[in-house]
Amino acid sequence: MNESLLAQTLGASDVACSHCALPVPRGLVEPDATRQFCCDGCRTVYAVIHGAGLERFYSERARAGSEPTRPATSGKSYAELDDPAFLERYTRAAGPGLAEVELYLENLHCPACVWLVEKLGKLEPGVVSATVDLGRSTVRVIWPPGEATLSSIARALDSLGYPPHARQSADGSELRRVEDRALLARMAVAGAVFGNVMLMALALYSGAFQGMDAEYQAFFRWASFIVATPAVFWCAGVFYRGAWAALRLRVPHMDLPVSIGIVAGYVWGAVNVLRGRGDVYFDSVTSIVFLLLVGRWLQRRQQHAAKNAADLLYSFAPSSARLLEDGRVREVPIESLAEGALLEVRAGENFPADGRVVEGESSVDASLLTGESRPEDVAPGARVHAGTVNVSARLVVRSERTGQATRVGQLLKSVEDAAARRAPVALMADRVAGRFVVGVLGLAALTLLVWWHVSPERALENAIAVLVVTCPCALGLATPLAVSAAIGKAARRGILIKGGDALERLARASLVIFDKTGTLSEGRLELVGFDGDASVRPLVAALEARSAHPVAVAFARALGPAPHVSVDEYVQTPGGGVSARVDGHLVLVGSRRFVLAQAELEPELEASLDRAAPAGETPVLISRDGRVVACARFADPLRSDAKATLGALGALGHELAVLSGDQPEVVRAVADRLGVELGFVRGNAAPETKLAVVEEWVQRRPVVMIGDGVNDAAALARADVGVAVHGGAEASLRAADVFTTRPGVVPVLELFTGAARTFRVIRRNMLLSLAYNVVCATLAVTGVITPWLAAILMPLSSLTVVTSSYRSKTFEEVS
Amino acid sequence: MSALFVVLPLALLLVSFSVAGFLWAARRGQFDDLDTPAIRVLYDDDDD
Repeated sequence: MNESLLAQTLGASDVACSHCALPVPRGLVEPDATRQFCCDGCRTVYAVIHGAGLERFYSERARAGSEPTRPATSGKSYAELDDPAFLERYTRAAGPGLAEVELYLENLHCPACVWLVEKLGKLEPGVVSATVDLGRSTVRVIWPPGEATLSSIARALDSLGYPPHARQSADGSELRRVEDRALLARMAVAGAVFGNVMLMALALYSGAFQGMDAEYQAFFRWASFIVATPAVFWCAGVFYRGAWAALRLRVPHMDLPVSIGIVAGYVWGAVNVLRGRGDVYFDSVTSIVFLLLVGRWLQRRQQHAAKNAADLLYSFAPSSARLLEDGRVREVPIESLAEGALLEVRAGENFPADGRVVEGESSVDASLLTGESRPEDVAPGARVHAGTVNVSARLVVRSERTGQATRVGQLLKSVEDAAARRAPVALMADRVAGRFVVGVLGLAALTLLVWWHVSPERALENAIAVLVVTCPCALGLATPLAVSAAIGKAARRGILIKGGDALERLARASLVIFDKTGTLSEGRLELVGFDGDASVRPLVAALEARSAHPVAVAFARALGPAPHVSVDEYVQTPGGGVSARVDGHLVLVGSRRFVLAQAELEPELEASLDRAAPAGETPVLISRDGRVVACARFADPLRSDAKATLGALGALGHELAVLSGDQPEVVRAVADRLGVELGFVRGNAAPETKLAVVEEWVQRRPVVMIGDGVNDAAALARADVGVAVHGGAEASLRAADVFTTRPGVVPVLELFTGAARTFRVIRRNMLLSLAYNVVCATLAVTGVITPWLAAILMPLSSLTVVTSSYRSKTFEEVS
Repeated sequence: MSALFVVLPLALLLVSFSVAGFLWAARRGQFDDLDTPAIRVLYDDDDD
């Protein structure tokens, strides 16, 4: 993690990393090496790729035009995957001697990644096949359990840069898959029926103009009647169920006029076929069935990608722990841990449970829960939480809570609950549908009444014609098509939207709440001021080069490569700072408390110290030979595009706010620097607090939450729209409706403007389809409509809507 | 033209075969993922 912070600096060196093509930081360039790497992750993956003969990855990646990203190797052993209980639960038999497992992969975002992962067999010979589903970010691996272990396969995937997780495929997803296939089957049959009935209708129309023998006419009429039957009795069942539900609940739904139109058209056509005279409308009826099923299928595909919070339960806490018993260590599954068990947690590992430190001193990266990248120092007696990372040294921890009872477990549960509680918004399509239903049914009744005096048969015919031709094909396609097109365009701009309704919600004027760390700010410490004696800078550089602490990393970035001087008696004090004898001088760098205990403070520097806290900066004192000679100030810099973006969002009519886990003074300072009017600014917000704040506001007005960490996940799920920004933890990506793959806040602005434009396209589509309906209805009411006229007008309306959707400029670069 | 009485039902029979084939493929899950195969098509064929 520290390495990625280091490598985020631009203007470092001119040398590009051989793996990810991003610049290598100045300090890491090796003058004599043929290959340069920006971090260990890149170095590892490069070696693995070349070792397995998979160099084609780089050309595939260039060809796909994907942006290179830093690989996320975790170095875990994945031993828990070989546990028989795990294999029983998550794997299935896939043929003689073969097993199959579905794993969720992190970092799987581009086509070249698909190529690389599917070549897993080259890296891990046991693997028979690896099939990636890019949309769901999963891979299905088939392998012979007798010849290779799942943990070795998992390690191979990890070494390629795609850490795997067990997919908690609940029964829900299997059911959904069956339903999807059923809908697809209906759509396919409806399509086959529609095509053939249209062909027969074409013959009948030609016959109507040029004359056709009665027997052929009858033949085609009977044939279209028979072929249309499965579409009406089976495929359209989806609409009948919806109409029935609408009737029972007394809620107007478009399925109602659709069902009536289909049934009436079919029955009237059947009657006319049996009588041997009168018009038949089978082509219109089957076109209604097919086109509306397409609309429904599109909608369903969009809903899919919508979050399934249960998937988040690939847990952040490891599923096994190292139990310390009688001085010996053995690995046990988490479920078997008793309260008060002593656990060993090594440097670089996640804590498996909530508990207290019993032995050892280290620093903990709690960014999972607090969003703060500054590690907290811990010593015996300190509290630690499951899922957070033990950064520097081995610790022994007494476990207090495990599994869902841990803080992160509770948080993930609250994400699920929050998502479930979200109120469905009455989308525009639903509102239009209500009035449409009433209008159409009323018009049909009116037609019946008016024509009854002329002739009951004509009255019936015209009324049915009204129901059939006003059928909302285009209306049913208006929203899904516009949304589908917009989502595709947004994806090409690096904005991944997971549900159609998110777009419509984003078009409303809302309260937009921003997280600070990582979203509005860069998420790392940077040196913002150096007061005092500049001559001490090389000594500091030499001293800090040895540490991986974020302050040290920030020093390295600002001060450049360390000079070659001697550094002796190096001592790092957790919670204080570092001291050493650099080039003969005794140098201390650290917190106020640490340095002032051993050195004297100059009055000018005291002023510098006092200025730091109110400005939201962290002061670090530097002393040389017993006298404090400098004060370095650190802060998390604001993103360069933050101010402009927020200004633009405010101009669009949204209210803005900042909600952060960081200290209030820091948050205030950031808010002031933004220079825009803010609804509220709050600091010290724990994940639970963020959820509560969103909960409170969501009752009053539409809320859009923008965040990047797990500590935002619950709030993201509860908000009307949750947006996870680039660099975010995988958990918040899964909890959000939208996630951006480009850094910065500008994609958020593009999202809002794109959503507003999409909403306009949806409205335009609806108006167009309604216009067609009005024309058709007029023709039907006056008794002028004929089957061939209807057959032209109805698909034409759908075609207009398709063109309108795909040729609209919704998501584009925003200046 | 009376051939039409034979040809049309025959054509419909062929249609029913292709629909059956589609339904079989759908049930086997071949249409579950429509995005990734589009990407796979773009790869050059390996000689392995």
